[in-house]
Amino acid sequence: MKPLRINRYTVTSALGRGIDAHWDALRAERSGLSPRPFEDCGLACWTGEVAGLDRALDGELAGWDCRNNRLARLALMQDGFLQGAAELRQRYGASRVGVFIGTSTAGIRQTEYAYAARADANAALAPDFDYRRTHNTYSIADFVRLELGLSGPALAISTACSSSAKVFASAARAIRGGICDAAVVGGVDSLCLTTLYGFNALQLIAADVCRPADAARVGISIGEAGGFALLEAAPGSDPGDLLLLGYGESSDAYHMSTPHPDGLGAAAAMRAALQSAGLAANEVDYVNLHGTGTPVNDLAEDRGVHAVFGEATACSSTKGWTGHTLGAAGIVEAAISLICLQQGFVPRSLNTRELDPQLRGAVQLQSSHRPLRRVLSNSFGFGGSNCSLLLGAAT
Amino acid sequence: MSAPTAAPIYVEAIGIAAPGLPNWAEARATLRGERAYVAAELPPYQPQWLPANERRRAGAAVRLAFRAAEDAMQRSSFAPAELAAVFASSDADTPVIHRICSALAEPARMVSPTDFHNSVHNAAAGYWSIATACTQPSTSLSAWDWSFAAGLLEAYALAADGSDVLLVAYDIPPPEPLLERRPIAGPFAAALVLSPREVPDRIARIAVTLGDGCAGSLAEPALEALRLGNPAGRALPLLRALASASLGGQQETALLPMPGDRVLRVTLDAP
Repeated sequence: MKPLRINRYTVTSALGRGIDAHWDALRAERSGLSPRPFEDCGLACWTGEVAGLDRALDGELAGWDCRNNRLARLALMQDGFLQGAAELRQRYGASRVGVFIGTSTAGIRQTEYAYAARADANAALAPDFDYRRTHNTYSIADFVRLELGLSGPALAISTACSSSAKVFASAARAIRGGICDAAVVGGVDSLCLTTLYGFNALQLIAADVCRPADAARVGISIGEAGGFALLEAAPGSDPGDLLLLGYGESSDAYHMSTPHPDGLGAAAAMRAALQSAGLAANEVDYVNLHGTGTPVNDLAEDRGVHAVFGEATACSSTKGWTGHTLGAAGIVEAAISLICLQQGFVPRSLNTRELDPQLRGAVQLQSSHRPLRRVLSNSFGFGGSNCSLLLGAAT
Repeated sequence: MSAPTAAPIYVEAIGIAAPGLPNWAEARATLRGERAYVAAELPPYQPQWLPANERRRAGAAVRLAFRAAEDAMQRSSFAPAELAAVFASSDADTPVIHRICSALAEPARMVSPTDFHNSVHNAAAGYWSIATACTQPSTSLSAWDWSFAAGLLEAYALAADGSDVLLVAYDIPPPEPLLERRPIAGPFAAALVLSPREVPDRIARIAVTLGDGCAGSLAEPALEALRLGNPAGRALPLLRALASASLGGQQETALLPMPGDRVLRVTLDAP
């Protein structure tokens, strides 16, 4: 594919608000995860909570108020993103800029509150509960579209934990197909009881902090995050320009909540990303792993990485910093990959004490500073949904 | 402002599952006006391609999506494993969400693990890929009442990129108390197989344009109620045009609603 220019991006997670906060935390090896319980969640686990989401939305979009849309607004306010989106709107026209947003649970927390507030199981939900503008999967794309004043094609992609990686692929196709000229892509997922107790029911939540690639890893720590990027065609590029070089998608066709044990789907997505970028495996400098920290996921991904990259390419999961931000993981890790490209930085696998000897990929136990030209970011989800993004900096 | 999109795409097969429109063979006759629409509940159906253990686990929305997809694949010359997929649903499996939120409102907060993995919006895509051993990419999306048009655009872009694609749009009425907040009248699912190639059994050639305007409606009140009663029912103007296109008539246009009072104009030619 012809590369697309990523002319602006931003991310807000438990590490803080915006690019600089994330770079500071990466460099200082400071995790955003904490054992403090989320609201009244009674599970023993660590979470990556975003601070400052207590205030209700005001203004014209007050009706969209919920944790997920508060997080979306907070994230949109960082790194000059609103200004960048306004420039895009001016350049192409509001109707020619598409909105592609990933989420897994949108504002389901509102429905959880509404159910918990019922007097009995036959009671109606409280009158002020607004399903359409909070819980419905599309609510987040609608909110972003309205917040940015855009009227191009708008949709929410919801493929579990690959959602906000797949938005890059959908937007790239839409731009190539002439459906829009530019796109806002991103993802937002916020803490809720459904995912905390749901992953707990599957015995996939760690009581301790998550330890990706560790020999004694037991599961994930759930985080929340929002992030966005602006994509447009790049007829020519200047040195330092950030680029989407390629993407790859596949389906495992294996199991609803367990990856193929040999990482076949993961490998297929990585190979497709290389192919769409016209690159060989040895032209990738760093792989940001999906690396959730469950025993099965990390092993399956490692087998896929090893099949494609062998033992030479540096790789690590950054979920020890942010936690697993589920539907936002794709955009969070794309943003971290872009920070790494800009800073010339390979992050280590944070919280990993003893590397699992079964893993054969080059998992980094020490961070390093060196120039990077191309980074691959992996995102895999329930239902066997796989997506790999190839990101680069123009030279 | 509107802008035409790239190369024409072919519709190769169609499937449907809705009250009074239990499959494409019957729906086509109704939509051509060859027989009157008679409202009737969908007779029970077991997805043919879901293995028995998955069939037990899958939710009602997944089974409905399979029903329309299997109807389309019966008439398709493609094997399902060859097709990329787009699953478009506003609300997906709300009965599962209802059970989870009910469980979370109890002191013990005992969420069923099966409910949790069925709660993902891409459950239908996951079951479909497993049932058909299809490792092609698939996208699952939502765009509220505009989900069909959003799904068609996504499938169109995939096809324009060179893929043969299965599009499935589906929604079911939520259980109470969600139904009061999301009043979907009845189940509706529609499936299309799209190809960028001049495949032998092509039904129509389509092109899409995004612009301003009003969505099309259906003159028959009962069919118009179906269109408005379910996000996937918004496919009906296109399905009616496809039913006529396969007669080899002149160019038809279907206008599908998009977010922000915009419209997706689909033009069809008999191939």
